[in-house]
Amino acid sequence: MSDLKHLRAKTACVGAATWGCGESPGWNATEMMGKAVISALDDAGVSLSEVDGIWAATAVHAMPGMSLAEHLGIVPKYSSGSNIGGSSFMAHALDAAVMLEAGVIDVAVIAYGSNQRTEGGFRSVSEPMPFEAQYDIRNPINAYALAASRYMHEFGAGREHLAEVAVAARGWAAENPEAVMRDPITVEDVLGARMISDPLGKLDCCLVTDGAAAVVMTRAERAWDGKAKPVYLLGAAMAHDHRMISEMPNLTTTCAAESGWRAFGMAGYGPGDMHTVQLYDAFTINTILFLEDLGFCEKGDGKDFVGGGRIAPGGALPVNTNGGGLSCVHPGMYGLFVMIEAIRQARGDAPGRQIDNAQLCLAHGNGGVLSSQVTTIWGTQDTV
Amino acid sequence: MPGPEAEFRDHLSQGKFMIQRSVSTGAYVFYPRPFVPGSGETDLEWVEASGEGTVYATTVNRRSPEKGGTSNLCLVDLAEGPRMLSRVVGIDPEAVTIGMSVRAKVEEVNGAPAIVWEAAQ
Repeated sequence: MSDLKHLRAKTACVGAATWGCGESPGWNATEMMGKAVISALDDAGVSLSEVDGIWAATAVHAMPGMSLAEHLGIVPKYSSGSNIGGSSFMAHALDAAVMLEAGVIDVAVIAYGSNQRTEGGFRSVSEPMPFEAQYDIRNPINAYALAASRYMHEFGAGREHLAEVAVAARGWAAENPEAVMRDPITVEDVLGARMISDPLGKLDCCLVTDGAAAVVMTRAERAWDGKAKPVYLLGAAMAHDHRMISEMPNLTTTCAAESGWRAFGMAGYGPGDMHTVQLYDAFTINTILFLEDLGFCEKGDGKDFVGGGRIAPGGALPVNTNGGGLSCVHPGMYGLFVMIEAIRQARGDAPGRQIDNAQLCLAHGNGGVLSSQVTTIWGTQDTV
Repeated sequence: MPGPEAEFRDHLSQGKFMIQRSVSTGAYVFYPRPFVPGSGETDLEWVEASGEGTVYATTVNRRSPEKGGTSNLCLVDLAEGPRMLSRVVGIDPEAVTIGMSVRAKVEEVNGAPAIVWEAAQ
């Protein structure tokens, strides 16, 4: 099987934007997505009429590629609304790289938008899970709680280990002017918060916000033509093995263990080379599992790895530098925001929380109930 | 001839917990499918489950009384190998622990028969 080296650094993100993060009363999801696209094109210095590839996924559109293209008033040569949950956007980046490199399209846009907070909470066009719904499972929270319970059982972790993840995320959010929740919290605050699905309390869970995001990708040879510093897609890989939590083979090891090594192999870099690590932290357990599965520490050691401020501001490994889904923004599907934080860090465009010399940035997406895992590695010109 | 999910539910409505087994490989399958996942053998027969299981993971689904109230939600590894999502009934939801031996029974859940589990004696 190919290691996809022929796709390495052949495409780049040349524009990125977020829009309406937090609360956007009076805006619908399509309008928000459109605003993010226009902002990202402006950031790139690319005109709307040049866009000929569209990728979008949301929890509320059945055919988001068509909805977005129509809203933008363009006629794409290729569009996709492929949806594997919150990691869809990393998968879209891989799709876009393939379609750009093959010459099918010249300018790709990947977009997301949600007004879930002002509409009254998370809702989804997802079908009920056939052998689970009868038991009143609330996805995603119950599924992640089950994984957390198993992790604690197998590796002797306590809720205080999970809490370190939330405290670190809030520490980063405090440094990010765009983050929604910026007041400091302590481990005691996390442990004392209302329990929602044991062992996960309210502060172990991501925010419920509005928000939209978009990125623009082109082939590498035209990447310097625009306004923004290009950030190259060095590696990308996907894996998934279940849809329902009851079908996940091992609740303490995700398919990030598969997507990670393939993405690193394509990029020609390893975990130790990453200057920032952006992980989809829908719940505190995610960060621990993904750090282990992606190879930043051994399986079972993540509970200690996240302690002592290691992943917090000033720590040895900057993780979720925007504050993450736990404290920055989480409008239902957060993956594109994860990717944009990696891209912003690599551009040197992360005010308040910029990591010095952040040349290599990992963005890992998670979708469903620890189901789909897509790892992307982004780098500056010097890393190509 | 109903599909596998409908047949499973037919068995449940007669009070029986039936799972599938491949005649050639002996592999047990749950949830019910028309073939063995991953390898594709179509020689599945229905056999009665032993009803023995072990709790693999557990949570307390904390909901307000008007939204259904607090209940246990867990993953149970069947003695035959496959895993299912269900709940342990008859004890406090917080008292369910990983590794606990449990026994299946058929009980109505949300208006239809379903497998739930009780702590084994």
